[in-house]
Amino acid sequence: MQWETVIGLEIHTQLATQSKIFSGAPTRFGAEPNTQACAIDLGLPGVLPVLNAEAVRLAVRFGKAISAEVAERSVFARKNYFYPDLPKGYQISQYEFPIVGEGRVEIVLDDGTVKEIGVTRAHLEEDAGKSLHEDFHGLTGIDLNRAGTPLLEIVSEPDMRSPQEAVAYARKVHQIVRWIGISDGNMQEGSFRVDANVSVRPLGTATFGTRAEIKNINSFRFLERAIQFEVERQIDLLEAGGRVVQETRLYDPDRDETRTMRTKEEANDYRYFPDPDLLPVEVDAALIAAATTDLPELPDAMRERFREDYGIGEYDANLLTASRDLAGYFETVARTSAAPKLAANWISGELAAALNKAGLEITASPVTASQLAGMIQRITDGTISGKIAKQVFESLWNGGGDADTVIATQGLRQITDTGAIETLIDTIIAANPGQVEQYRAGKDKVFGFFVGQVMKQSQGKANPQQVNDLLKQKLAGG
Amino acid sequence: MHEQTILALAEDLRARRYSSVELTRHYLERIARLNPDLNAFITVAAEPALAAAGRADAALAAGTAEPLTGIPIAHKDIFCTRGLRTSCGSRMLDTFIAPYDATVVERLATAGAVVLGKTNMDEFAMGSSNETSWYGPVRNPWDHTRVPGGSSGGSAAAIAARLCAAATGTDTGGSIRQPAALCGITGIKPTYGRCSRWGMIAFASSLDQAGPMARSAADAALLLQAMAGFDPRDSTSIDTPVPDYTAGLNQDLAGLRIGLPKEYFGDGLDARTAASIDGAIREYEQLGARVSEISLPNSPLSVPVYYVVAPAECSSNLARFDGVRYGHRCQSPADLEDLYQRSRAEGFGPEVQRRIMIGTYVLSAGYYDAYYLKAQKIRHLIADDFKRAFTRVDVIMGPSSPTTAFPIGAKRDDPVAMYLSDIYTIAANLAGLPGMSIPVAPVDGLPVGLQIIGNYFEEGRLLNVAHRLQQETHWHCAVPTGCA
Repeated sequence: MQWETVIGLEIHTQLATQSKIFSGAPTRFGAEPNTQACAIDLGLPGVLPVLNAEAVRLAVRFGKAISAEVAERSVFARKNYFYPDLPKGYQISQYEFPIVGEGRVEIVLDDGTVKEIGVTRAHLEEDAGKSLHEDFHGLTGIDLNRAGTPLLEIVSEPDMRSPQEAVAYARKVHQIVRWIGISDGNMQEGSFRVDANVSVRPLGTATFGTRAEIKNINSFRFLERAIQFEVERQIDLLEAGGRVVQETRLYDPDRDETRTMRTKEEANDYRYFPDPDLLPVEVDAALIAAATTDLPELPDAMRERFREDYGIGEYDANLLTASRDLAGYFETVARTSAAPKLAANWISGELAAALNKAGLEITASPVTASQLAGMIQRITDGTISGKIAKQVFESLWNGGGDADTVIATQGLRQITDTGAIETLIDTIIAANPGQVEQYRAGKDKVFGFFVGQVMKQSQGKANPQQVNDLLKQKLAGG
Repeated sequence: MHEQTILALAEDLRARRYSSVELTRHYLERIARLNPDLNAFITVAAEPALAAAGRADAALAAGTAEPLTGIPIAHKDIFCTRGLRTSCGSRMLDTFIAPYDATVVERLATAGAVVLGKTNMDEFAMGSSNETSWYGPVRNPWDHTRVPGGSSGGSAAAIAARLCAAATGTDTGGSIRQPAALCGITGIKPTYGRCSRWGMIAFASSLDQAGPMARSAADAALLLQAMAGFDPRDSTSIDTPVPDYTAGLNQDLAGLRIGLPKEYFGDGLDARTAASIDGAIREYEQLGARVSEISLPNSPLSVPVYYVVAPAECSSNLARFDGVRYGHRCQSPADLEDLYQRSRAEGFGPEVQRRIMIGTYVLSAGYYDAYYLKAQKIRHLIADDFKRAFTRVDVIMGPSSPTTAFPIGAKRDDPVAMYLSDIYTIAANLAGLPGMSIPVAPVDGLPVGLQIIGNYFEEGRLLNVAHRLQQETHWHCAVPTGCA
């Protein structure tokens, strides 16, 4: 049977506020346990929450960035359950009335086609603390530094049909939250966590299969593998005549498998009700304006503009708008060099590979945008060939100064002097009478041999087009 | 000294007839003598009180005294007090010491009041008789075999017995007004949002409100002046100016429109209590007020609605008491589940457990709409009843409690009978309106309270209405035998 995979994601992204969502305690990561938790975060008796206005502003900013409705009135609710790192015995979240309503996000698939993924809603909530099971000899330690950290939970429609699409969507949301500055998106520190709802159904059926939820995935690679594993598990189960149970599962990256965490029967009844300690959040036009005045050009718009203004393909345009820094780098190179396509090729090719290998972000690139632009200018004006440019690039990477310096000191300037190239060709023709004869007898392949010889003798510096033209002339004319 | 009202005490302190230290010591001596029997205090803070009194005397000498400087008061043990145990009447918090003061505590301290200690109360304010306290029942100073009412029973009894000049209370369904009535004192529950809830241990957050309990309306006005006002730490506190309550006390009542809800005078109201209320109403007519009958048709639903909303909120508010970070923890828990179950089963008394169970039930999937949501809708209807009534009348009057103080133990095993003690007071909480109780003619030597309900933020009018009666009558001046 042909199976179709259906995936929806819930993404928890930590909002980049200075203080917590309902208290004045700082949100900095990595402090000594329980040094960033005040009486409110500890859930002491008699304390009350007061909403952080900045968290609201950032949520509104996100809503606008995904063309969503921002609710004029949203309501905080209590999600009740007992857990040692949940100090109040409830989490303050939004339930019936979230701050951000339906929106959409575009992803670009590997074949360059664009797919729209629906966002159902995004709501504000507080994070819980952390339970530490190591180093306590059979006991559990509780660190409440993270308790009360503001989160935006972004819930998608079940619109994704493969692990790759899910990853593309997660990456896209990750891109947006960093792009508009509402989150640092740091996955190692837990600032961006993904829950995946996965089900399968026979291809062509309209109803959804029973889903399993995989909790707390903190890398894109694990997200893809977790979903892949889960899809295979469900298909195997169904094909063996079994059925999928609605449950929450955990992905174990070491074993590359998902495991049952709790079944539906064991699931909590969260007894949501509106939090009587907090008033409804009212967002007016002025607040929306304040949250969005400095909203930068968004990645989708920029991607389309890159295609139109610079004539580059969807795929490259998508890659180049992966982050604002990368997009900015590209635009500088494209404009300075006046050769946007070459710029796109070099950035998504050579430069991306080098950065990736060195584990560097674009902001830390040893080759500056103006250096790369300078090199590309030398390609377009014929000073160097594309092949020699790779050599120049390597020198730029290793701190050799700007492109002109590298070309001059290493003598990489292209030989465009027709006389010099002719002299070379004459010498080579004279030295290889056998090959000349073969060529003239109709063996065209031998032409490549002559090109190779000329390039070798010129140390790659001869202008390839001129070499071609002159060789054809000489070999034909005799 | 203890027979004086705050106004008189403040005058004496300013005239240096005696010092705040002497006054405080006098009250501490009375507490030492009378409290072992009454059990009105959970914690007596003699040393900090005398230290504060010393500072008050210095302020009095320096001429920097505030209206309440040097006046010994007590706080209901639901208000967090920095460095002084806050038990909330529960074993759960028997050892809990808050690292902060409640806003109300802070403001009264700024106004110069001296804190003698923390008063007894029903556990987590859940009760109408003070019998659910982990620290044992409070005895009514008027008859030691009877309850003082609840949940602010300790504060009410302490004031009636002259163990403090005034005290704070909280009122979720009548917890200031009902014990004020049963102990013969004056108490006012302000508009929801008038006093900050910061540092006040939550029972039902949408209903809880702090207020003063005192010997007279004039004294209550002085306390409320200090307690009321916006607090940025409480999102539900309301930013509206606090009028000068004392300045408004003497306004003429000629033409005052009093509404008597027929639902407050029907079956279930003790006939002699009704007669006592009628007597007070006649006094108001003498003062020029016009009385008319009104209807609050949804009143009969108040108690059932309250017993859905309040337990729902309490089931969530009390979830933090889990034995993990502070409060009672059971001995050697086997695992997490055991830690939760035994800590909470041991830490909470039966009434608190009952309400947590009810609240958990009404919020559960499948029951939420039928109970919680429906209760919220009826709550709006109840508020609408009052809104309509206040287009026709200025204040609403009726009994604070259907009966006088009942014997200790009488309703202990009948929760519903106990819940009905608050039948006349609960609606004001559901609507968020201010309500007050003042003593009127006693029945068989036991106090009776007249309840006065006003429109939103009309605490000033309530105090004025109460004060004018207290100038014409002396019911509020009666002192229980043995407490003179």
